[in-house]
Parts: sequence; C-alpha cells; structure tokens
Amino acid sequence: MSFDFAVILAKGPQILSGLGVTILIWVVGTFFSVVLGFLLATARRFGGRLVDTLLTLPIEVLRGTPFLVQIFLLYFGGPYIGLRLDPITAGLLGLSLYGAAYYAEIFRAGYQSVPPGHVEAADCVGFTRGQTIWFVLLPEMALLVMPPSLNIAVILLKETALLSLITVPEMTMTVSAIGSQQYAFVESLVVLALVYWALVELANFLGRVTERKLSKLGTP
Amino acid sequence: MTDAAILVKNVSKQFGETVVLRNITLEVPRGQVSCLIGPSGSGKSTLLRCMAFLEQATSGTIEIEGEPLGFIESSGGRRLQTAAELRQTRSKIGMVFQQFNLWPHMTALGNVSASLRRVRKLQKAEAEDRAMAQLEKVGLKERAGYYPSQLSGGQQQRVAIARALALDPTIMLFDEPTSALDPELTGEVLNVMRTLADEGMTMVVVTHEIGFAASVGNKICFLDHGKLLFHDTPEKVFAAPREPRLEQFLDTYLDRGAIMLR
Repeated sequence: MSFDFAVILAKGPQILSGLGVTILIWVVGTFFSVVLGFLLATARRFGGRLVDTLLTLPIEVLRGTPFLVQIFLLYFGGPYIGLRLDPITAGLLGLSLYGAAYYAEIFRAGYQSVPPGHVEAADCVGFTRGQTIWFVLLPEMALLVMPPSLNIAVILLKETALLSLITVPEMTMTVSAIGSQQYAFVESLVVLALVYWALVELANFLGRVTERKLSKLGTP
Repeated sequence: MTDAAILVKNVSKQFGETVVLRNITLEVPRGQVSCLIGPSGSGKSTLLRCMAFLEQATSGTIEIEGEPLGFIESSGGRRLQTAAELRQTRSKIGMVFQQFNLWPHMTALGNVSASLRRVRKLQKAEAEDRAMAQLEKVGLKERAGYYPSQLSGGQQQRVAIARALALDPTIMLFDEPTSALDPELTGEVLNVMRTLADEGMTMVVVTHEIGFAASVGNKICFLDHGKLLFHDTPEKVFAAPREPRLEQFLDTYLDRGAIMLR
C-alpha cells in the first residue's frame, strides 16, 4: 500500500469548510473563554470571600475533568434537563466553559502578580474599581499573562478535534470522513496533523508579535 | 467642628490577636507638620494608613476636615462608607508610600496625569499641562517622558509626590518616604517635602529621619507598642525626653552620631 494524498486533497473544498468551522469555533470559543475567565477571576478577586469560595468549585470541576466527558454531558446529557443544543452551539459553549476555567486561573495569577501598593496608590488618587482594573491591573499583568494565555489558546485549538464526536462538522470530522470514504485513513490523519500544526505555529507567531509589542510598553 | 485637618479619636487596631494600635487620640492641626516616630512595629505606619483608610480601625473614629473617614456613624452603630463617599473623603488626602508604588507601564507624566484625566475628567492636553507643573515643582520636568524603571529611587519618589499632589489635596501623608533610599537620594526627597511644608501643606510623616522631624515637624508623635507615648513640639521631645522609652529610642540615634539633636 502506498500513500496517496491526492484522494484527500481532491476534496479541498470540504476540507476548507471543516477548517472554517474549526477556526470559527476556536476563535470565538477562545474569545469567550478569555472574557469569561477574566470575569471569573475579577469576581473572585473583588467579590469577597463568599464569591471566591463559590466560584472555586465550578472552576476546579472544569479543570479536573476531561473535556470529552464535559462535551458528552453537555450534548447528550443536556436534553435530560431540557437543554437541547445543536452541535455547534454545544461545542462552542463547552469549549468556552472549559477554556474559561483555565483563563480564570491565569488572570488570578495575574492579579496576584501586581503589588497591592499599586492598587492602594490608585485608590488614593480616587480611581474607581473599574478604572483601577482597566488602567492599572490589566496593563501591569498583560505581559505576565500572555505566554500562558497563548498556551491555553493552542490547547483549545487541539481540543476542538474532540467536537467531531458530538458531530460538529469541523475539520477532524470532515477529513476523517473523507479518509473513510476513500480508504485513506492514514493519509487523512497526516493531513489533519499538518493542518493543526500549521494553525498552532500561526498562533504562536501572532502571540510572539503581540508579546513583543507589549514588552515595548514600559520602555521608550 | 474643630479646626483639625485630621482628628483621630480613640482609634484601636487589631490584626487577629495582635494589637497594633491602642486607643490613639491625635489631632493634626491645619497647616502643620506632624511626624510619627518610633521603633519598627510600633504601629506608626498602621496609624498613617488608617488616616487614608488603607487600614480599617477596629474601633474609634477618624475625621478628615470634620468629615468622617471610612465609616458613617449613626444611632445604631457604624456603617462603611460607599465607594463614592470614600473617594470623596479621600480626595482631600495625598498619599506617598515607602515603595513609591508608581505604575510601571506609565511614564512619569502618565503617572501624574492619570488621576487628572480619569478622576477629574480633564482633556489630555490640560491634564498633562497640570501634571507637568507638578513635575516641575518636584524638579523633574525634564524627566516627564521617563518610565519609573529609568528613574533613580529619589526621582521615583518625587514623581510619586507629584502624583499625590495632582488633585490638589489639602493633606499629605508620607509613609516612610525615604526608607527605601540611600542617604544621597534621601536628601532630594526631603527637600521637596520641606518646600511643601514651607508652603503650609498639612503633612503627616512617618519617618526615621529624626533630623528632618526635628527641623520640619511642628509636632512629634512618639509611638511604641501601639501607644502614643509622647506628643509635643520637637523642642520638648528632643530637649528633655522624660519618657524613658523615648530617651532610649533617641539614644540609638545619638549612638549613630546625630549629635545635633542635643
């Protein structure tokens, strides 16, 4: 048996459509993850001890269970409590919650990295809490949270492959379907691996550029 | 109503089991400089931080120009001020920290103009004009575009003073402003503070700079183990310290060559 990538690549348009869904879910899901994770960390930081304790549990559960189990529960278990979601919505929601738990931890560490005196200084010149977060805390933690944030974004990209198991028409589902139709399993897997890898390298590149820009803040 | 800029009444402060301040009553008159001195752990920094409500007194009250700080007393007890009320009361205060606490991602000008833009809501140009005037006052106009990491400790502290002055407070609080500086840099910061005092700013200064306290302070407050042991003019405090603990404390400075005190 010889490798024949032609049969896979002949299905270019289908692959591209799968790639489109993957990128869409990844970008939108990561965006929601970051926003939700930031809100969670902020609530824990400023919401008092009760809020902090209450939010610990869901974050720990999301970080402590497999993503596959979470999306199965959401997609197949959801209907038992009246939550009927189409695959893409379920996948997006699942990815956002999973990612948010990680981003919540990253921003928590970010908040902790800023010396309390910098917040006291902001309090003393009359900044509101929101102004302190926006003008002092976020910029000060930005450089620190960038590398782990990028890391989680890359992991989320690869986790989207699991969404094929709840029938989201993303790239893994599309390409492996082509592989089965054409009896070219290995070829399809190689193509998949290469495309994911290319996406990860692209993300890393964009991350490095952003980091360089950020690190120039604070120096002339 | 009194003429006091700051009125501290029966303030106690505990951290868990540890008593840090014991029933402190203290009046800081307008336009005067009060220096808080005492050994490490005596509670002087905590007392100062209570005056900016960075620490909450366990009991007692603090008034800033006749207005309650942090808590509102009512018949049933006391309640915390809302964030907006607290900002209003605090607007009379400028605070300077031992560790400067400049925001590292902003230039000197950015640090000083931030409150003018965000709190006073001035346009960028006007905020920067005013901030520049403050920087000029502390002698750092030509360093306006520098980031904190590019400034010496003394310069950073002067920027921090300019930042605290930006919103025209009537009271300035200094928490060991020169303790993180070497003697040479200490001088430039003390000079700025001396100028402020000469202009009639009400100041409370926690300091180990006994010479500064003696020459600039109108009142010296000596704290030990959370108690205000002595509160008088520098002449009285340094000339004839009848209090044995104060004498012992001042002797450590004499041992280190501060002969001019006697």
